Amino acid sequence: MTPALRTEGLAKAFTLHLQGGTHIPVLSGIDLAVRPGECVALWGPSGAGKSTLMRCLYGNYGAGSGRIILRHRGRDIDLAAADPRDVIEARRETLGYVSQFLRVIPRVATRDIVAEPMITRGVPREEALARATALLRRLNLPDRLHGLPPATFSGGEQQRVNLARGFAPGYPVLLLDEPTASLDAANRAGVIALINEAKAQGAAIVGIFHDAEVREAVADRLFDVLPVQDAA
Amino acid sequence: MTAPLLAAEGLTLRFGAIPALLDVAIDVAEGEVVAIVGESGSGKTTLLRVLSGMMTPDAGTVRWLGDDVHAMGEAARRRLMRTAWGFVHQNPRDGLRLAVSAGGNVGERLMAVGARHYGNIRAEALSWLAKVEIDGHRIDDLPRTFSGGMQQRLQIARTLVTRPRLVFMDEPTGGLDVSVQARLLDLIRSLSRELGLSVLIVTHDIAAARLLADRILVMRRGRVVEQGLTDRVLDDPQHPYTQLLVSSVLAA
Repeated sequence: MTPALRTEGLAKAFTLHLQGGTHIPVLSGIDLAVRPGECVALWGPSGAGKSTLMRCLYGNYGAGSGRIILRHRGRDIDLAAADPRDVIEARRETLGYVSQFLRVIPRVATRDIVAEPMITRGVPREEALARATALLRRLNLPDRLHGLPPATFSGGEQQRVNLARGFAPGYPVLLLDEPTASLDAANRAGVIALINEAKAQGAAIVGIFHDAEVREAVADRLFDVLPVQDAA
Repeated sequence: MTAPLLAAEGLTLRFGAIPALLDVAIDVAEGEVVAIVGESGSGKTTLLRVLSGMMTPDAGTVRWLGDDVHAMGEAARRRLMRTAWGFVHQNPRDGLRLAVSAGGNVGERLMAVGARHYGNIRAEALSWLAKVEIDGHRIDDLPRTFSGGMQQRLQIARTLVTRPRLVFMDEPTGGLDVSVQARLLDLIRSLSRELGLSVLIVTHDIAAARLLADRILVMRRGRVVEQGLTDRVLDDPQHPYTQLLVSSVLAA
């Protein structure tokens, strides 16, 4: 089966101009491929570049060299070289990302935050809000919180808002950066179920899961991310 | 990709020996929010004025749907500003008529594009006041009795009532309290999404640019030093100046 997302020779380094041009290589020669219905867990020590790789896959970090090929609208696009407008379109329709932290406009209600990506994909507003409510309930976020902005929520509650926002649209490719880091056991089980359902529906998933129980429950295989040897 | 609505290239403008714009290129597509950020004096407001035809560049062209904005003549440009374009000024008093009621400020733009039925105009004005969260009871009050945040929302209603395709915004949250800024950002974002507006927004507020803009251009000393996808430019800045700009922002 054609991979939904793959990289070829992906490399990434940072140049810190404010620190005298310090050059920090983080990733090199990354060849990753994820097929529809498959979940790949990035695996490696802290600081090896797992989150950097995730951010490159989403286009949040620019690739230094190599290609990031996403199956989008039945064709391949190279996110490393694509026009920003094409990246935005790919994110709207194909590529979802659940980051560790929620970043939203202040004062917008939780239900609207979760519904927004569905609405921009063309789901009618009422239907999007209904799906948002259902998913928030499934993630055990009490109804009384749905109308409030998440700024004052606990870390675990904010993470569940983020998860609902990421899972609601049904993206064909989903990136999960520690989706259960702030959750208790009951809520972890809920997230495992969500991930496995998304896989069953054909989603290709790349994740960072520090929690061994979660990793074993969802990952089909591990992908090693090793620290780049210092070139200097 | 479809052709951009607004496309500019080679824009250069000097004030005496001081270069305000140096070889700037920018385009804006349908439904896109583009932010221009940079420090004071970087040329961002000048760029907005040149793009909207308020100032003429020494070199370079600005095209709206293919037509040269600076060659079309004053009358055609004013018509554009009344119909397809809108301009939201940093200071709402520059965009409002202070001696005219709130409803009049909104209705006037409608009349300028041909609306004549008083009842319809008033109904439309009321509906726009509601959209920008101004109490309908204030429709006959003068804008000078409004707070700064209300004036700014009134200016936005006045600008959007004629359904422009592109809105230029110059530091729209500039002089406002932080509490009012967030509400205004949400308003600009939801209205632009709902109406499919293109927005070109000048701001020195990096956090506002992150929340609103699809793409961002970073200006310094009249040049665009970096541009691209908003979150990529802000999270993985390449140019030394962008790195300085981003690292100087307090985390919020």
